[in-house]
Amino acid sequence: MAFWIASSPHNHVQSETSSMMRMVIYATIPGIFAQWYFFGWGNLIHISLAVITALVAEFTVLSLREKNIKAQLFDGSAILTAVLLGISLPAIAPWWITVIGVSFAIIVVKQLYGGLGHNPFNPAMAAYVMLLISFPLQMTSWLPPLELMALPLKFVDTLSVIFSSFTIDGYSVEQLRTHVDGYTMATPLDTVKTNLTLGLNIAESMTSPVIGENYGVGWEWVSAGFLLGGLFLIGKKTIHWATPASFLVSIFICSLIAFLYSQDTNASTLFHWFNGACMFGAFFILTDPVSGATSIKGRIVFGALAGFLVFIIRKYGGYPDGVAFAVLICNMAAPLIDQYTRPRTYGHNISSSKAGKE
Amino acid sequence: MTTLLAILVLGCMALVFGAILGFASVKFHVEGDPLAEQVDAILPQTQCGQCGYPGCKPYAEAVANGEAINKCAPGGEDTIKKIADLMGVEPPPLDENHDTDNSPKVAFIIEEDCIGCTKCIQACPVDAILGTTKQMHTIIADECTGCDLCIDPCPVDCIIMIPIAKTPQNWQWDLNNIPVVQLD
Amino acid sequence: MGSVIERIKRANFWTFHGGIHPPEQKFLTTDKPIRAVSIPEQLILPLQQHIGIAADLRVKIGDKVLKGQALTQSMHPMAVPIHAPTSGTITAIKDAVIAHPSGLSELCLFITPDGEDTWQERHICTDVSKLSHNEIIDKISSAGISGMGGAGFPTQVKISTRDKIQFLIINAAECEPYISADDLLIREHSPSILDGINILDRILSPEHILIGIENNKPEAIKVLQQATANNEKIQVCVLPTKYPTGGEKQLIQILTGQEVPSGVFPSSLGIVMQNIATCFAIADAVINDIPLIKRVVTVSGQALQKPQNVWSLLGTPVGFLLEQCGYPNKDKKHIIMGGPMMGYSLPSDQVPVVKTTNCILAPSEQEISSPYSTGTKEVECIRCGQCSDVCPSQLLPQELQWSAKAKDHQQLDKLNLFDCIECGACAYVCPSQIPLVHYYRVAKSEIRQQKQLDIKAEHAKVRFEARKERLARDKIAREEKHKAAAQARKARMNSGTSEAKTEKSAVAAALARVKAKKAQQTQGSDSVAAQTVAPPADNEQKSQVSAAIARAKAKKLAAQKNVATYKSEPENKLDDVKPTADDKKAKIAAAVAKAKARKLTEKNNDNAVDSDLAVDDNITNEAAVLASQAEAVVPANDKKAKIAAAVAKAKARKLAEKNNDNAVDSDLAVDDNITNEAAVLASQAEAVVPANDKKAKIAAAVAKAKARKLAQQQDKLAATPSEEKTNKHVKSEST
Repeated sequence: MAFWIASSPHNHVQSETSSMMRMVIYATIPGIFAQWYFFGWGNLIHISLAVITALVAEFTVLSLREKNIKAQLFDGSAILTAVLLGISLPAIAPWWITVIGVSFAIIVVKQLYGGLGHNPFNPAMAAYVMLLISFPLQMTSWLPPLELMALPLKFVDTLSVIFSSFTIDGYSVEQLRTHVDGYTMATPLDTVKTNLTLGLNIAESMTSPVIGENYGVGWEWVSAGFLLGGLFLIGKKTIHWATPASFLVSIFICSLIAFLYSQDTNASTLFHWFNGACMFGAFFILTDPVSGATSIKGRIVFGALAGFLVFIIRKYGGYPDGVAFAVLICNMAAPLIDQYTRPRTYGHNISSSKAGKE
Repeated sequence: MTTLLAILVLGCMALVFGAILGFASVKFHVEGDPLAEQVDAILPQTQCGQCGYPGCKPYAEAVANGEAINKCAPGGEDTIKKIADLMGVEPPPLDENHDTDNSPKVAFIIEEDCIGCTKCIQACPVDAILGTTKQMHTIIADECTGCDLCIDPCPVDCIIMIPIAKTPQNWQWDLNNIPVVQLD
Repeated sequence: MGSVIERIKRANFWTFHGGIHPPEQKFLTTDKPIRAVSIPEQLILPLQQHIGIAADLRVKIGDKVLKGQALTQSMHPMAVPIHAPTSGTITAIKDAVIAHPSGLSELCLFITPDGEDTWQERHICTDVSKLSHNEIIDKISSAGISGMGGAGFPTQVKISTRDKIQFLIINAAECEPYISADDLLIREHSPSILDGINILDRILSPEHILIGIENNKPEAIKVLQQATANNEKIQVCVLPTKYPTGGEKQLIQILTGQEVPSGVFPSSLGIVMQNIATCFAIADAVINDIPLIKRVVTVSGQALQKPQNVWSLLGTPVGFLLEQCGYPNKDKKHIIMGGPMMGYSLPSDQVPVVKTTNCILAPSEQEISSPYSTGTKEVECIRCGQCSDVCPSQLLPQELQWSAKAKDHQQLDKLNLFDCIECGACAYVCPSQIPLVHYYRVAKSEIRQQKQLDIKAEHAKVRFEARKERLARDKIAREEKHKAAAQARKARMNSGTSEAKTEKSAVAAALARVKAKKAQQTQGSDSVAAQTVAPPADNEQKSQVSAAIARAKAKKLAAQKNVATYKSEPENKLDDVKPTADDKKAKIAAAVAKAKARKLTEKNNDNAVDSDLAVDDNITNEAAVLASQAEAVVPANDKKAKIAAAVAKAKARKLAEKNNDNAVDSDLAVDDNITNEAAVLASQAEAVVPANDKKAKIAAAVAKAKARKLAQQQDKLAATPSEEKTNKHVKSEST
């Protein structure tokens, strides 16, 4: 007969980190579905490739570090990183972009800093930025929505483009990106930015076929998909509402002020919300707990700062979208934010807080 | 001419900044604890003399002057580590001449054997032994630092060191070492 | 302030930060009445069952005690007495496993009940209003009542507060899952509880009495509302169910909106909180003169066939209660005392129920899985912050955890670790399944110990400095005294009085004598002794001086002899000295011999390492010394004999140690040593024989010990082959 000795509390809510990760992966499904519907198989192929690379990289590093491989390999964090990076890559980027990016994310950004829980930067975004700076051509070869494409793009074509830069029929990436009318297309954000430099105002830009009726053909639906997934996560309490809410509100306020200031040179708030990586970043990147702020106050500051930075980069920066950069800068600021947003412990400095409340 | 000007300007700037820095270092000078004081604060103050110095303070001063930091037996690894942190050196292992067992102990006089020689009283660095000539001595356990300096002088070897017992009050939440027993 | 009261009246309460909603599981026991269980075969009563110190024992083994009889007593306010839960015999007073997470043992009284359950004489108080405040507090104090909610703070200390009390809060929240003891107690004994509340009301005279109860106990709420319907002062506050509402600080925050500042008692805010079970105990103690000898315990958990609330006598082993509630005999047991959130695992089912035990939990494997069956699931913290979201103290558990792991005590202090109430909410929600509370507890106890060590070190330092100062002072004082005395003497000698003259002449005579003796000494030390004992019968002063000189000479002689013996001349002249010397001289000789013996043994220890012949010689010398010493001691008095015996003992011990060292070398020297030692001890023993009884006994013991040691040595020697070479070497040197 033996007795168990355990430390209280003896019961547990039975949640696990891995199930949280799994939940986040599930929540990306609507967005990925929209991506598939509007942009073809590209991202799905990249995601699959990324997951395989991530598992291999994770396995290698874990075995080098003599960690418990079985428990940590499938804790979902590596797979999640891979999925997030796979989503954010251009659909017809070459295969080695994914491999390099994911390896960098897992080996350098995550494991070299000490593994899960110790990485100061969001691995997916750090890898994205690394790729964007190192391989700008490949990383900006965005595919227009399928309906606007001059050439049909089937699964085998996509696969062939990713692995050999040419479709089965021998078309190159540049040719694929050509509009029915014969000119190369960019993302809506890019279009607006370029048009502004060309002296066109926002209203004229909005007539661009890539923007379509609302805020961007395909893009708006992908963003909506991620919004849906994010709301699902908040509903499930997997992620906290504070960061996405403050991020979106921050972008809303910034873009609204700018829009009201000059409607000719500033796109509308909803254009900002439903374009680029805004929704994706709000619900899937900024909510990464490891590299984010912890307290509610901290999360609000964190989200607001990210929102402000995204707007600034979109408006004044050299890149059309700035979510990845904003996230990295905020990651750096997170410890500082945490430091200054410590909640007041029960029973400490009561008088000052009470005076504030009443 | 421009080169000369540049050198001049830079030189002036260097002078100005140097003056500011010099002023700041005087104005905002932080009077830190002398090193010996800081080391003394880390030492366990058993005054046992096992380091070869008469008390903790002299050893602290010696450490500040370059003595080896691994001579404090009662402090053990923890103290060495703390001093090493303070001095910014790698913590060396405990001096080989010392017992590695630094679990806290108190001295105890086997009273029926005591002949009342007062030698231990003279040896005790913290006056924790009570007694007088030809009277039985005893140790004030609360004051005893466990330095075992009274062991050697005793002519009849009636002093022993007793480890401090583990009680629910000083227990350290070591769940792995709870004896799981069935009493009947 | 008025708004606070209005808000309470409107039942519009405040809330505390965080909190969790663990599955309640109270239904297991709420539908059954409190059961009275039989008296167990043995009761185990730890002397200390509360926060504070144990009271002094008033009974001894074999005493017959009556039910309710005080077993311990103390005048200390933090000491709470314990009482016999039933009549019976004290069968043992010994250490036993107590109800504490450490599973350590403390002093317990074992009572074997006689089954009669005979009460001691009781004084039932029919009219509480006639009692004075002090009488009531005395009754509560002598009834051994301490807080029954969990912490076990002595009640009389809490109610003896001098602060003006605004709120008396009765804690009936019972927020831990499973526990329903208070719920049932309210339902079945609300009149008594109300009596208890009224008694507290009299003593503390608060402005308002608030009973805090969670809304998951509808029946108890109804009963309380009915019972307090005609009392304007008492308000039953129904609170939303959330763990840990029942925490003292949390309940105060919910009911009054005030936070208890860190490190102070709530009474400084004019708030006193009592557990509802304590109120019942107070009523029982003051009105019925029943000390705290039983309490309601929830025995619950899905491993039990009949989980139920029971009236348990204090001291009942947990195993007995579990048996009564149908605990299956399993290989692996997990018994928790307290609730699943803050209770602790028991290392044995013989742990007794104490004053703070409100629940005994025997969960099934599905309910609460064992950390051993599944292995630890702890993974790295991902800073999700769920822990800080639920922390009722608004701490940052994840940061605390890092600092605790890094043993960064300063940072822990900065993060207010000591404001953690160890409610377990953080560890409950942690998706990485980190046992956060455990880390905090370890860190807390480490910090507490470090603080104590620091205090002790500071204290030792102060004492050491004080001693150094005193020694320096003494030295200066002594020097000054000497100087003063010398000056006085000089002055006196030069004063020219007759007295001075005598003194002068005495000194001169002494000097002359010394000179003479020095001359004699060169002739031979043998004659010295004879001379010293026959001093010329001069005046008194002179004789004293001469006596002193003789003593000094004797000392010198002894020293000389030491030298002699060291040169291996066994025929020393101690015998000559002995008959003439007085008591004191003998003592000195003994002391000297002792010192020498020690020195010798020390030498021997050194030499033993080399294991050459010197050892042998030394030991022979030592033998001679001791023999002579022992002889010298024979005619001396009892005390001396004792000293000699002690010395011999010490030496024997040291020799044995040395021999052990030598045994490692296992060469011939050891053998020699032992033989020598045997000779020494034999002679010593012989010498001791004519002495008194005590000495004989000691000698016998020594001889016995020696015999044993010799045997051991021989065994060892037999085991290790002796080295011929060394052997020869030794022999050649010895010749």
